[in-house]
Amino acid sequence: MPTNYAEVEETLRRIQSQKGVQGIVIVNSEGIPIKTTLDNSSTVQYAGLIHQLVMKARSTVRDIDPQNDLTFLRIRSKKNEIMIAPDKDYFLIVIQNPSD
Amino acid sequence: MPMPNNTTAASTRKQKGAGAKSTKAASRKKDEEEGVEMVDGLDEAPVKPKDQLELSEAELKEEITRILTANNPFAPQNIVRYSFKERSYKSTSVVDQMAVHFVLEGNLLHQDSDEARRLRAKEGLFEETTVVDAEAEPEEEEPETPATPVEDGGDMEETGEDDRPDSVASKTDKKEPKLTNQFNFSERASQTLNNSLRDRCCQTEPPPRVTFSDTANQWKTYDMYEMETEKQEKNKDKQNATPKKENDNSKKKMMLIETQSDTITKVLKPAKILERMCNQNICDDIAQDFKYFEDVSDEFRDQKGTLLPLWKFHYEKAKLSVTALCWNKKYQDLFAVGMGSYDFSKQGHGMLVFYSLKNSAFPEYIYPTSSGILCLDIHELHSHLVAVGFYDGCVAVYNLKEEGQEPVYKSTAKTGKHTDPVWQVQWQNDDMDNNHNFYSVSSDGRVVSWTLVKNELVFTDIIRLSLNGAVSEGPEAVHEPIVVGGTSFDFHKHIDYLFLVGTEVGQIYKCSKAYSTQFLETYEAHSMAVDAVKWNHFHPKVFISCSSDWTIKIWDHTINSPMFTFDLNSAVGDFAWSPYSSTVFAAVTTDRTVHVFDLSVNKDQALCQQTVVSKKKTKLTHIDFNPVYPIIIVGDDQSCVTSLKLSPNLRRTPKGKKRQELPKGPETEVAKMEQLLRLLREPDPTTV
Repeated sequence: MPTNYAEVEETLRRIQSQKGVQGIVIVNSEGIPIKTTLDNSSTVQYAGLIHQLVMKARSTVRDIDPQNDLTFLRIRSKKNEIMIAPDKDYFLIVIQNPSD
Repeated sequence: MPMPNNTTAASTRKQKGAGAKSTKAASRKKDEEEGVEMVDGLDEAPVKPKDQLELSEAELKEEITRILTANNPFAPQNIVRYSFKERSYKSTSVVDQMAVHFVLEGNLLHQDSDEARRLRAKEGLFEETTVVDAEAEPEEEEPETPATPVEDGGDMEETGEDDRPDSVASKTDKKEPKLTNQFNFSERASQTLNNSLRDRCCQTEPPPRVTFSDTANQWKTYDMYEMETEKQEKNKDKQNATPKKENDNSKKKMMLIETQSDTITKVLKPAKILERMCNQNICDDIAQDFKYFEDVSDEFRDQKGTLLPLWKFHYEKAKLSVTALCWNKKYQDLFAVGMGSYDFSKQGHGMLVFYSLKNSAFPEYIYPTSSGILCLDIHELHSHLVAVGFYDGCVAVYNLKEEGQEPVYKSTAKTGKHTDPVWQVQWQNDDMDNNHNFYSVSSDGRVVSWTLVKNELVFTDIIRLSLNGAVSEGPEAVHEPIVVGGTSFDFHKHIDYLFLVGTEVGQIYKCSKAYSTQFLETYEAHSMAVDAVKWNHFHPKVFISCSSDWTIKIWDHTINSPMFTFDLNSAVGDFAWSPYSSTVFAAVTTDRTVHVFDLSVNKDQALCQQTVVSKKKTKLTHIDFNPVYPIIIVGDDQSCVTSLKLSPNLRRTPKGKKRQELPKGPETEVAKMEQLLRLLREPDPTTV
């Protein structure tokens, strides 16, 4: 288990150091952010809004076929890209500016 | 006014004098007459008022009839009503003639009426007989009551009387009235001390409530069903397993530990996915190239091709050279890189690293090893098993599914490890006991078969390499054969027992697994060590050997001399057949170039010769083709792996007579090769 923890930390650190990444937020299944690299207000905003979106997206996918599940969600906007990888209990949000 | 009286009175008094006939005057006259009659005794002449009507004698005698009717003189006699039926005004014939002089509403009740009964019931007086003061009462009662019989009046009187002494009468019914002394009666009362009333109430804490809302979706129902089936299966297992209490305790402990570290470790999988997504974004153009780019300029290049550089995989922590490359057959984006050192003097640790094309920044799996890796092979069917050969002579098997950095199996000095570096390992089909096994060749001259039996590696010497060919193991050996180190080997794709071994001195032996003492054939191939020897994927007879003597030679194993020889101007590190064509192969040399050959297109020259790495000192060490995608990976001695995409010219499939694509089967490849060989067997063998 401790190696797993270190591995996770290492992976998150690598993502943070990737080109163009602005921030990472880890949110639990209730929409409460657990870990973040952004400031408080942005974190809360992202967590709340994206949580609803992920729930909706997942519900949509599973309604069509219950054996299917959402793997990831990408929202590309003019200024940046929000990438969300959902899990059973958590989901991870990364905001990246791909054109940097 | 009584008219007839008037006339009679008048007629009687005709004699006396003129009598007024008018009504008004009649009353006066009567009075006067009465007055007169009273005064008759006085015997005076009647006094005539001054305004009396003067009438003649004839008029005085006139009889005027007066009728007495019961009509109401004030009742209207000409009421006209509009009749809607006849749509005109009609006079009503009948008019009410009643004249009401006086009305008074009384409050007497009939004794048998409902209201009277109710009142009586209220007062509780039944059959009360009291002395009725009959005379006093009727006077007090109103005389004008609408049609009440005398009895009723009496009854009413009774009730009326009852009303007055009501309180007294009621008390007589119940108890003796209190007789109070008028003189010194004093009433005393006392009040008891009443306990003050207290209101005691208790409020309980409301049970904790949680508002719950949810949507019943199809997938939620599905999830619940899945959970239920899991629970049922677990219950079945529990019933089968024996001690339950111990399990619970251990489970509780496990749960505690898990919850502490669970929070962040569960994020591992999404974190990995996200890392890949980030990388995809960053290397977006590379990914697009990989998938879709086809070099159009190849049409103008006259059969030459190019290699488009894609991702670079570099693990900074390892300052080693890439010594082995292998693609994973099952997950075609995963490849293994073995790192070590070819330098005899600089032997140190090694590393086994797995990369995925989806994430070029960081390896998927990292296994540090104590000794440099020289070769590796991934099992074709069980792609989680990796066989590795080390510089110190050990072989090991790693299981990617297991957690931990140690190999699952490792050979030691006891279990027959090689005494010299292991140059090549290769998995074989499972043996008859369904155990996995692989072969290794080493500089100590042995080709060894290792079998994974339960937890051990069991080795079997297959053959010993010697210069003289035949090796006799028995004590009858006349002279000690000179052992020759093997540097590479390859097993035939279809013929299971047949394999080739390349040696340090440049010879290639064709051997069979069945014969451990003799070689089937010996080829004098090269002047220096044979770095690699590989069978053609399609054609059963063709193989290639490459060597540090700068040459690549193509052989037909039935013929003792090579069919093709290519001189590449630099030591050839490695080469690989392409999986899609029988005539295409690629080789890397130490001068940083990759050479791609297609024999069906050009028998003499390479289709592509391209420097792949920028730094001048790097040497390319290994090359491998991806089984499905048109890319190759090239390893160098700076621990960097470069991936390159083959341009269309290098991927040509043979076209049929009518310019149609022939079906891509191994038969066509074989046919292609056969064609080549036939050309060679004809008079002019081409050599460069």
